[in-house]
Amino acid sequence: MRRNGIVFWSGAALFLAAIFVATQVVSNQYPFFAGYVILQFIVLSVAWSILGGYAGYVNFGTSAFFGVGVYTAVFLVKATGAPLGVQIAAAAMVGALLGLAVGLLTLRMQGIFFSIATIAISIVIETSVTNWRYVGGAAGIQIERPPVMELFNNYVQMLFFVQALLVVLTVAIARYIQKSWIGRGLQALRDDELAAECTGVPTLRLKLLACVVSGALMCATGAPAAMYVQYADPSSAFNLNYSVTVLAMALIGGTAHWIGPVIGAILLGVTQQLLAVTISSEVNVLVLGVMLVLFVVAAPEGILGLVRRAGRYRAGGET
Amino acid sequence: MISMDLLLNAVVIGVLLGCFYAAVSLGLSVSFGLLDVPQVAHPAFLILASYGVFFLNDSYDIDPLLAGLLITPLLFVFGLVAYRVYYETFEKRGSDAGVRGIAFLFGIAFIVEVLIILQFGVDQRSVSASYIGKAWQIGDMRIPVRLIIAFAVASALTILLALYLSRTFMGRAIRAVAQDQEALQLMGANPVKIKQWAFGISTAVLGIAGALLIIVSPVDPTLDRAYIGRTFCVVVMGGLGSMTGTLIAAIILGVAESIVLSTVGASWAPAISFAMLLGVLAVRPQGLLGRRS
Repeated sequence: MRRNGIVFWSGAALFLAAIFVATQVVSNQYPFFAGYVILQFIVLSVAWSILGGYAGYVNFGTSAFFGVGVYTAVFLVKATGAPLGVQIAAAAMVGALLGLAVGLLTLRMQGIFFSIATIAISIVIETSVTNWRYVGGAAGIQIERPPVMELFNNYVQMLFFVQALLVVLTVAIARYIQKSWIGRGLQALRDDELAAECTGVPTLRLKLLACVVSGALMCATGAPAAMYVQYADPSSAFNLNYSVTVLAMALIGGTAHWIGPVIGAILLGVTQQLLAVTISSEVNVLVLGVMLVLFVVAAPEGILGLVRRAGRYRAGGET
Repeated sequence: MISMDLLLNAVVIGVLLGCFYAAVSLGLSVSFGLLDVPQVAHPAFLILASYGVFFLNDSYDIDPLLAGLLITPLLFVFGLVAYRVYYETFEKRGSDAGVRGIAFLFGIAFIVEVLIILQFGVDQRSVSASYIGKAWQIGDMRIPVRLIIAFAVASALTILLALYLSRTFMGRAIRAVAQDQEALQLMGANPVKIKQWAFGISTAVLGIAGALLIIVSPVDPTLDRAYIGRTFCVVVMGGLGSMTGTLIAAIILGVAESIVLSTVGASWAPAISFAMLLGVLAVRPQGLLGRRS
């Protein structure tokens, strides 16, 4: 257990160091542009699987949390010109509150009802933002980037590094939850909520906690997105595609372990970046849909399940 | 303060619109309400049916309602096959089917959406028929004929389906399978075959519903996202599987949308059905005339 922790943290440090060196050495801008999106999806899908994977509550409101993160940043920049760190922290707080609200509102809902309710929340918030003139309304709003910190050559590289920090933070939290009693409690309530409740698992509090943590992380990762594209509009910030993409990434990777969504996000994220460059965004969505359907039908446990089954098969063959 | 005339006008239009919403929600009321299939792809199939009607109208100049009837058998077979696939991959395997079933159907919805875009493009499409664009003048009110046609056909469709479910042998079997599948099995009936038939009906009614949709307003490939809110709002509010409840809930939604549209403005319209859905889920999840708590 302890050695495992050392391996994990040195891996995380190595990852951050490599990212930092890359921002100093590589001068081509494109890898950072594409890489930023992939890192963002890693955060989103790992955060998603805290509620969707461990607890089995299929959240279609990723777009709501992401969009609220974007608009928290937009509002702060416009009202006070707050720096990036403040934007992210504020977005995390707003996200935690929104997660709490979503959790309280949907307490009694299960399965499809929970999923439909989260879509509904996303659309209701999107419509409210569309009607909010101060942050640009339906037409969207342009945002100017402040000058970059001295450590980095340009703003995109800094955002790339910040997003990498968020990846490490999110994975560390997901890993902690998975290994602690919280994760075991969430898994128990996923398998049978009534039985878990009866055996003394505080299902209500665990669900709320999962909603809050998952929401805070999703919102936090939305905050830098406004700076990344220097523009925000409701229909792209709250796009349902975010919800389905993140869901697909988590299910394709497998939700039993935190590494699953990471693998899924990298696999699907890289594929989408390549497709978006070479073909078109429609084909991109088509590939997303086809991969989601294929994996759900043929590999219910995702890539993690495939790997595990292959391992079991090999072990079975030797004996 | 708005005038009485305006309000009355909004209510009349709302009732007509509501009956139309009932027609597009009927299929979901069967598949989700009675069969417990989390049919999030229902609105996408609806748009697909509308494009089928558009294709027949555009290339062969067939009346949209007739075109809707023509594609109905096709949609019925499609539903039979779709349920088979869903049953074999999810319901049969049992555990954890909910999560993956929803994801699967969402994937299908996205695929349908993109295929429509690739085939027809992202532009809005509409049909041509002699009655589209005309209006009836009743007192001070102007009511578009296309809305009246949608109202009449939708009401007929709703009554027919309600009669089918309550009067015919197969219809009663479908309601029986929704109530207690095991009891039905003990009577020697095959619940899977009945559910497959019922699912076929739930997609077959989309032929007419899709025709009405494209008669009432132009369609574009991503319109299904707005109809996720409308159809689920109607079905959940009406109480799962109740046809009368579906009709009442649809009229409530239609009137609410119409009033908001003529008072607050069109920019709030997309949120109404979703907000009502949220309210119903939070306060009264069993709906108006629910079949269970």
